[in-house]
Amino acid sequence: MKIRPFLYTLLFLVLVVTLSIAIGSVFIPPADLGRILVGWMKQEVLPEPLKTFAFILTDIRLPRTVLVLLTGAALGGSGAAYQGLFRNPLADPYLIGVASGAGLGAVLAMSVRWPYSFWGLMAVPAMAFLGALLTVFLVIALARVGRTVPTTNLILAGVAFGSFASALTAWLMLRSTGELHRAIAWLIGGASQAGWGPVLTVLPYLALGLGALILSGHSLNVLQFGDEQAQQMGLPVTRVRTLILLAASLTTAAAVAFSGIIGFIGLIVPHVMRLWFGVDYRRLLPLSIITGAGALLLADVFARSVMAPQELPVGIVTALVGAPFFLWVLRRARNQGYW
Amino acid sequence: MLRIEGLSASYGSRRVLHEVSLEVDSGEVLALIGPNGAGKSTLVRAVSGVIPVESGSIQYIDATRGSLDLLDLPPMQRARTVAVVPQAAAMPPAFSVWEAVLLGRTPHLNFLGQVAARDEHIASLALQKVDALDLSDRRVGDLSGGEQQRVLLARALTQSTPVLLLDEPTSNLDLHYQVSFMETVRALAHSDGLAVLIAVHDLNLAARYASRVALLVKGELQAVGTPHEVLTVELISAAYNLPVQVVKNPFSESPLVIPGEI
Repeated sequence: MKIRPFLYTLLFLVLVVTLSIAIGSVFIPPADLGRILVGWMKQEVLPEPLKTFAFILTDIRLPRTVLVLLTGAALGGSGAAYQGLFRNPLADPYLIGVASGAGLGAVLAMSVRWPYSFWGLMAVPAMAFLGALLTVFLVIALARVGRTVPTTNLILAGVAFGSFASALTAWLMLRSTGELHRAIAWLIGGASQAGWGPVLTVLPYLALGLGALILSGHSLNVLQFGDEQAQQMGLPVTRVRTLILLAASLTTAAAVAFSGIIGFIGLIVPHVMRLWFGVDYRRLLPLSIITGAGALLLADVFARSVMAPQELPVGIVTALVGAPFFLWVLRRARNQGYW
Repeated sequence: MLRIEGLSASYGSRRVLHEVSLEVDSGEVLALIGPNGAGKSTLVRAVSGVIPVESGSIQYIDATRGSLDLLDLPPMQRARTVAVVPQAAAMPPAFSVWEAVLLGRTPHLNFLGQVAARDEHIASLALQKVDALDLSDRRVGDLSGGEQQRVLLARALTQSTPVLLLDEPTSNLDLHYQVSFMETVRALAHSDGLAVLIAVHDLNLAARYASRVALLVKGELQAVGTPHEVLTVELISAAYNLPVQVVKNPFSESPLVIPGEI
């Protein structure tokens, strides 16, 4: 397996992580970063202002950086998996309605008057996650024909259910004007809750989902030849496709639970990886995961510094930057059949 | 040998194969002929496990493996027994020929698709047999129809199966490629002892390159035998609803079917 693509993408990741840790409402110079690290290793008590910087690092910057990295990794990985599963370059993690289901769950949670505000805080990501998963199961059940789950049916059922969920969501938002701003902010997408809690909550689901996806590279390669040929080459097609779909959807559900619906990362990152590094999914999946993490983090750094001290929702940055970038990528790939 | 007994299949409520029984020996090429909609492709797809079978059995029997019931086998094991060369199949254009052919080893690999030197050797041998080794680094999307068909054949050979099914592989090929493809298939059947079942449109190709011919009409087997026995005026004009003449091919021992009356 060629090493160079991994070197490039990991280098990109390291650079962006350094940027993310340094930049914020308080700028931490890289030199001080180094001193803090050394101090931790030697287990010394740090002097001011390093001590304050260290606190900002551990309680604010690092957890946020890690959460954004995990979200970007999830979107990149599941985007690549969806494009492989549906053999369609326009596929993204929200194709079969996961976004609408998560949105409905989140807004439902926001419309309820919870007896304890703590419950209200926990309810949003929990119900977003549940909404996403229930949507996937429902869509698969609706699309099933005998023992197979045809691709077209999946997309149609996803679109149908997505419209239904979006309509319900809009109605809920109109009813409870107090929470409208919060709902819109969540739906646009952006890291909201701080601290290590969200990170630790999503980590097991992401580890499971992304781990399963990385192992499916070979199966996705075989699936590119169509369900019939894949079956004739020995792949148990329905079982494999369902497993990959569930793993990708679990990953997406965990990603949107805390971060809302962030678009374009899942669509563009796999495209660019395919354009630069080829169609082998055994390589495409891990590369999309690494670059998805770096790309979303870069967007997040931009989102919190361009209008500092205010924060732009990162979903707006990915859409505004993503759309023209995507068009540029399309122009390059147009004549050459990259799938 | 491949033994098909009483095979029946339907698409929904429409019966497309009716109690078809056929045997293909190792080393022989059996050509499946018949008009459009006769069920030739359906038969190939039923044997390869892609469409469900209503009744009947499909077995592979040989000295070492004994008798394998193909309908009972999971896809992986079935793919080690039967390989298919599909009809003008769309292949993802960005794969290289080498990558596409190597994927033929899938039924022999683990789920990660890890490839050993032996697998690569088999793949390059297959490419040599179809005279496509020099195409290895080309992108599949850049190849001509004939080249793509040879790559599909190489991939099927890489599966290393005793049975080879071909679904109208020459339909989109020009005269040169039609002949060279059929010659390669026949040579491989003899040299590697493969049981080859090939669905073809062209009656004269079937006559020239197959040791036996089977005529399928509306899902039913009308006749099985040598080309001379099946390619007769009575059988062919009835099957295709067209008057034909059958003469002797001046270049070979096989019959030559010419449409039209004298």
